[in-house]
Amino acid sequence: MPGVQRITGRAVALDRRDVDTDQIIPASWLKRVERTGFAAGLFGAWRTDPGFVLNRPGASEARVLVAGANFGCGSSREHAVWALQDFGFQAVAAPGFGDIFRNNSVAAGLVPAQVSEQAAARLFAALAADPDAEVVVDIAARTVAIPSSGLSEPFELADYARWRLLEGLDDIALTLRHEQEIGAFEAGRRAWLPGLRDDAMSSPA
Amino acid sequence: MAGRLFDKIWDRHLVASPADEPPLLYIDLHLVHEVTSPQAFEGLELAGRKVRRPDLTVATMDHDVPTIGLDRPIADPLAAEQIARLRRNAEVHGITLYPLGNIEQGIVHVIGPQLGLTQPGMTIVCGDSHTSTHGAFGTLAFGIGTSEVEHVLATQTLRQVKPAAMAVTVDGELGPELTAKDLVLGIIRALGTGGGVGSVIEYRGAAVRALSMEGRLTVCNMSIEGGARAGMVAPDDTTFAFLEGRRHSPRGKLWEQALDDWRSLVTDEGAEFDREIRVDASALRPAVTWGTNPAQSVTIDDVVPDPGSMSTPELRQGAERALAYMNLTPGTAIRDITVDTVFIGSCTNGRLADLRAAAEVIRGRRVSPRVRALVVPGSARVKAEAEAEGLDQAFTDAGFEWRSAGCSMCLGMNGDILAPGERSASTSNRNFEGRQGPGGRTHLVSPAVAAATAVAGHFALPGDL
Repeated sequence: MPGVQRITGRAVALDRRDVDTDQIIPASWLKRVERTGFAAGLFGAWRTDPGFVLNRPGASEARVLVAGANFGCGSSREHAVWALQDFGFQAVAAPGFGDIFRNNSVAAGLVPAQVSEQAAARLFAALAADPDAEVVVDIAARTVAIPSSGLSEPFELADYARWRLLEGLDDIALTLRHEQEIGAFEAGRRAWLPGLRDDAMSSPA
Repeated sequence: MAGRLFDKIWDRHLVASPADEPPLLYIDLHLVHEVTSPQAFEGLELAGRKVRRPDLTVATMDHDVPTIGLDRPIADPLAAEQIARLRRNAEVHGITLYPLGNIEQGIVHVIGPQLGLTQPGMTIVCGDSHTSTHGAFGTLAFGIGTSEVEHVLATQTLRQVKPAAMAVTVDGELGPELTAKDLVLGIIRALGTGGGVGSVIEYRGAAVRALSMEGRLTVCNMSIEGGARAGMVAPDDTTFAFLEGRRHSPRGKLWEQALDDWRSLVTDEGAEFDREIRVDASALRPAVTWGTNPAQSVTIDDVVPDPGSMSTPELRQGAERALAYMNLTPGTAIRDITVDTVFIGSCTNGRLADLRAAAEVIRGRRVSPRVRALVVPGSARVKAEAEAEGLDQAFTDAGFEWRSAGCSMCLGMNGDILAPGERSASTSNRNFEGRQGPGGRTHLVSPAVAAATAVAGHFALPGDL
């Protein structure tokens, strides 16, 4: 996963709250065994409406999605993040995310930029006035800006998540630095905790 | 210092707390299914890594398995490919798999408790948001994405920022027509669909203590629908009685040791929560959702709400959108809404107790001729146990379809779906747009209300029949 410092491009404004991951990528798309190829499924049901924001000219070049609160609630499907990325989005700015979606985003390299409700309203207003405006998401500075409107809004992103996004770090490799501690922990686990090594049915039918 | 149940479980799983990094949490059990795991196994293999603890990993097939015609090859080539991948991945990595046809196959969140794999004080994860179900045992259990699945496969740990601790205290007693489903829908209504974000909920109070394990599983299952990472109930004698003698429960001396330990897994007197909400059980009535998120519910005695009466512009907009999608008019009595399909099943309400509750309502009655009704047991064992009691006969006599175990119409991946515009009464957990099939309209209800609705053809209580 390459690191990302700054994202510059058009934005799509999706002014809805509580957008669940079933809307972002409908379940019929979850049968794929790859991490790619989800772009056509992004907001699959909503895109059947010709007036939907993703059907506007220029949307396919967008890099930033601006959305309402609690974006990505519901199902844990990381496919929602992959679909956004496949379509071209590199960041989502919203006043809050579903917890699992936020973790999935950082893991997959999509920037979950949590702005305030007021900042989101200002971003929506600026994009309504100029839908083609250039939006800049600066990960190091933790700001999302629309220079042509003079807007620059801070966003929240935990230090560790920011570092991982900036450096494009493999989380598993970071954890494996603690392999000794994991081993030591395992040696002290409670004796009754269940395990399946001796399970009579460990060979599949 | 007075401790909270959540802290006690959290603290005993801390592997490392490096400076400037989220703590590393040990995972006692990793449940794996066919839909969110193939990319994780692929990533693991591409990086040349192994599954660290296959013995703490268990796999089954649930999300896109067929629930009819199990004697034939799986017709959907994509589902067949995912299922074949899971078989292959389990075999290569030495992971126990309960495949289709095995008596232990079923929805991940039904089989964990059934096998005694879900025990108090554990950490359990799965690439499925309803992993919160297992919290019913006083377990820290939560859903993760595929990258995290890969992380757990490789390291048996997760990096997690510690969530806040929220208490949901339910005072009073649930009335005779009320179920755990009505309780949790009432809680989510109070909380809002994002009200629990960033939190782990501990369900407390007299009404929670009085719930059976099945009821607690239903409540914890839907924690995620209020946005919470996890939900939990402190273990007690109800928990221990459920666990004793199960396949993976401790035995003999270890059982005694475990009991001593489990009894300490309570929130101490005087401990404070980051947030607390209280719900009065005696004020609840059977719930029916009217909208497109699980917080949008009313009682069965109510009417479809008027968006104009909502307190904020956001709620108003959301309600207007939801009513348009649901094709409902404000002021319509809930009991006057007719349904096309009734679905009884899912990790929320697909256990034996749920099927019994529904069967009791439909015995000696017939499903309305305009309704298609199906029962999908949560696991192959639930199915077998129900059949041993004759529940299958009761359901088929009444005109229900009796299916094999899986997630089925809860998320409509396996072909069990609503047609566009169809309306369902469903015992599942999500009424999102298109959740049960593109254009489908879902109303969440308890098994008893689902069964009565199947008979009446419109929303009804058993007492209405």
